[in-house]
Amino acid sequence: MSGPPTSPLPSVEGRPAPAPTGTPTIILQGLTKRFGTLTAVDDVSFTVEPGTIFGFLGPNGSGKSTVIRMLCGLIAPTGGTASVGGFDVVRDPERIRERIGYMSQRFSLYEDLSVLENLSFYGRVYGLRGSRLEVRRDAVVNLVHIGDRLPQRAGTLSGGWKQRLALACALIHEPRILFLDEPTAGIDPVARRELWDLLFQLAGEGRTLFVTTHYMDEAERCSEVGYIYHSRLIVSGAPRELKRLPGVTPAGTQRFEVRCLAPDGASLPTRGLMVVRRMAGVRDATIFGDAVHLLAEEGVTAATLRAAVEGNGIARAEVRPMAPSLEDVFVALTHAEEAKRRGARAGGGA
Amino acid sequence: MLRGLPAIMYKEFIHVRRDPATLFLTLFIPVFQLILFGYAINMDVKNIPTVVYDLDRGRQSRDMVMALRNTDYFRIVGEVHSDRALNDAIVAGRAKVGFKIPVDFSDRLLSGEQATVLVLIDGSDSTIAMNALNVANALGLRTSLQRIGATPSVEVRPKMLFNPDLKSHHFIIPGLIGIIMQNIAVLLTAFAIVRERERGTMEQLLVTPIQRLGLMLGKMVPYGILGFVETCLVLVIMRFIFGVPFAGSLALLLALSFLFLLPSLGIGLFISTVAENQAQAYQMAFFVILPSILLSGFIFPREAMPPVMYYLGFLMPVTYFLDILRGVILRGAGLTHLWPDALALMAFGVVILILSAARFQKRLA
Repeated sequence: MSGPPTSPLPSVEGRPAPAPTGTPTIILQGLTKRFGTLTAVDDVSFTVEPGTIFGFLGPNGSGKSTVIRMLCGLIAPTGGTASVGGFDVVRDPERIRERIGYMSQRFSLYEDLSVLENLSFYGRVYGLRGSRLEVRRDAVVNLVHIGDRLPQRAGTLSGGWKQRLALACALIHEPRILFLDEPTAGIDPVARRELWDLLFQLAGEGRTLFVTTHYMDEAERCSEVGYIYHSRLIVSGAPRELKRLPGVTPAGTQRFEVRCLAPDGASLPTRGLMVVRRMAGVRDATIFGDAVHLLAEEGVTAATLRAAVEGNGIARAEVRPMAPSLEDVFVALTHAEEAKRRGARAGGGA
Repeated sequence: MLRGLPAIMYKEFIHVRRDPATLFLTLFIPVFQLILFGYAINMDVKNIPTVVYDLDRGRQSRDMVMALRNTDYFRIVGEVHSDRALNDAIVAGRAKVGFKIPVDFSDRLLSGEQATVLVLIDGSDSTIAMNALNVANALGLRTSLQRIGATPSVEVRPKMLFNPDLKSHHFIIPGLIGIIMQNIAVLLTAFAIVRERERGTMEQLLVTPIQRLGLMLGKMVPYGILGFVETCLVLVIMRFIFGVPFAGSLALLLALSFLFLLPSLGIGLFISTVAENQAQAYQMAFFVILPSILLSGFIFPREAMPPVMYYLGFLMPVTYFLDILRGVILRGAGLTHLWPDALALMAFGVVILILSAARFQKRLA
C-alpha cells in the first residue's frame, strides 16, 4: 500500500497527496495503531494545509478518535509517522502540545470549577500569568461570547455552552493548530451553526483546524475532508473534487433527483422509491428529504423516469439531473471498498 | 521540571473548597476514630470476669478468694458448684477464668502440706490469658511466702522510666495518630489522579505541556497541608482528651510529621497512577494500609515478630513515624536520637515521588 505519492489530488485509497503549497501543517504517513489483534487505524496517510479546515469523517468506531489522539501525542502509534506543526508525534510530543488546542469528544473540563476558574486554570497550565492571563482570558471570553456566565459552575452549563467553554480553554494559549473531536455532537442546531461560524472565523485568522464529525453538512463546509471506514482512509480531498471522482458517478451513469407528487401536491417519496428500484438500469436509489436520489445507467433518462413513476397514485413527477452530494460520494466509495474487500477475500480463498 | 505546579495547586484548592462534605469528613473522621479507638483499645487488663468453685469453704479458702478479689484483676462474677458448671461458665464466655479450690485446701495448708488451686484460663484471648496467668502465679507465690513467714532473698525493684503507670493509652494513642495520619494521606491522594481519569478531565490535561512532576507535586501540596492541619487536630485531642503527657518538642514533632506526610502522600499518588478507577484505588490503598498496621509495631512489638516480618516492617514509612511519635511524645527524644528515622522518611518520600512520576505517562494507552 506504500507506493510513491504519484496520484493527483484528490488522492484515493490513502496514498499521500502531494502538497500544493508550502509545508503541510499536519502530515500522516502510513500511520497505524493496533490494540492487540485489533487494528484501529490501518496505514492512514494524508496532509492538512495551513489555514484550512480539515473534516475527518467516518462512522463510530472507524478510528477517527484514535487518529486525533495519536496526533495529539495521547497514544503512541504502532507504525508509520505523523508530524504536527513540523514536530514528530513520537519524538516531540511536548513541543506539539505547546502549539495545539484540543477539544475532546467528551466534556473534559472541571464541572465543579466556574467558567472563569476553568479558563484561569488552563491559562496557568500554559504558563500565562498576571495581566497576560487576563488579556488572553478576555480575548477568548469575547470570542465565544461567554462573558455573562463567568461565575457559573461549568457542570451546570448546557451542551452548547460547554462546547464554547471547551473551545475557549483550547484557545487560551493562542494555538495555531486546533484539534476538535466531534465538537458539535449532541448540541442543538443553533449552537451548532454558531460554533461553525466560530470555526470559520478561526480558520480565517490562519489557524489550521482538524475536525472530526459525522454530519455531512459539516463536511461540506470543510476545505478538505478525509473519510475513514473500517480503520482505513477511503478518500481525502476537497469536497468539490471528491464529487468528480470517477468512482462516484462511473462513466455512462448519471444522477437524478425525482420528486413524486400526489394529485393534491403532497410528496410521496416512498412510493416513488419502490417504483424506481424495480426499474432496469437504476443502480442505487435512496430517499433524500421529500425526493428520491438515484444513480442511473445510460438508457435511463428524465423522460423514462417520469413515465415510469407517473400513474399508480402519483400524479406528477419532477425529474432533474443532479450532482452527487458528499454523502453520495462516501456511500459510493464505501460500496466500492466493500466489494473490493469481498473480492480480495474470495480471491484469497480460491 | 515543575511546569503546571502552581496551576494544579490553584485548581486542587478550589476542588477542596467546593466540596465541604469531603473536607468535613476528612477532618473529622480521624478525630472520631481517634476518640473511639483510643477508648476501645485498652490493653490494661483488669476486671477479668472470674468464677469460683470453692469445695473447701474453710477460712483459708475464703482468704484466697478475698485475695483474688483484692488484686483488681479478677472480678468474681459468680460461684459454681460443679466441675461441669465451672467449665460451662468459661465455654459460654460468662467468665474468662475459673478458680477451683479443692476440698482439702485448708486441711493441707494447716498441716503444712502443699495445697493446690486449679486455675482454668480461657486462652482464646491471649492478652487476657497472659495477664491472668501472671497474676495467678504471683498470687500463689505471695500467699506461699506469707505462710512460711519468709521474705524473698532477692527483691527486684523495677523503675519505669517513661509512662510510669504503664498506661497502654500512652503507648497506643501516639501510634494511633501515626496510623490515622497515614490512612488520610494515602487515601486523599490515591483518588487525586484516578478521579481525573474517571471524570475524563485527564485527557484534556494530557494534551497540555504540563509536566509530570508539576502535576504530582501540585496534587500533593494541598493535601499535605490538609494532612498537617489534621496532625495538629489529633495532637490536641491526644493531649487534652486522653491526657497523654507531651515530653518532647512540639516543633520537632510537627516538622517530622511533614517528613512523614511526604512518603504517605507519595504512596497515594503512586496508587493513583496504577489504579484505573476509584474502587481499585481504594482496594490498593488498603493493601498498603492493613499490613502497615500489623507490621509497624503499632500494636504488636516488632521485636517479637519472625525475622521476615520484622524486616518487612522497615519497608513501611509508618514504622519510622511511630518511632518518632513515641520518642518525642513519651520519651522526649530529640533529633539527635531520631535522625535515622527522619532520614529514612525523607528517602522514602523522594523514592516514591520519583517512582510515581516515572510511572505516570502522559499517554492514555
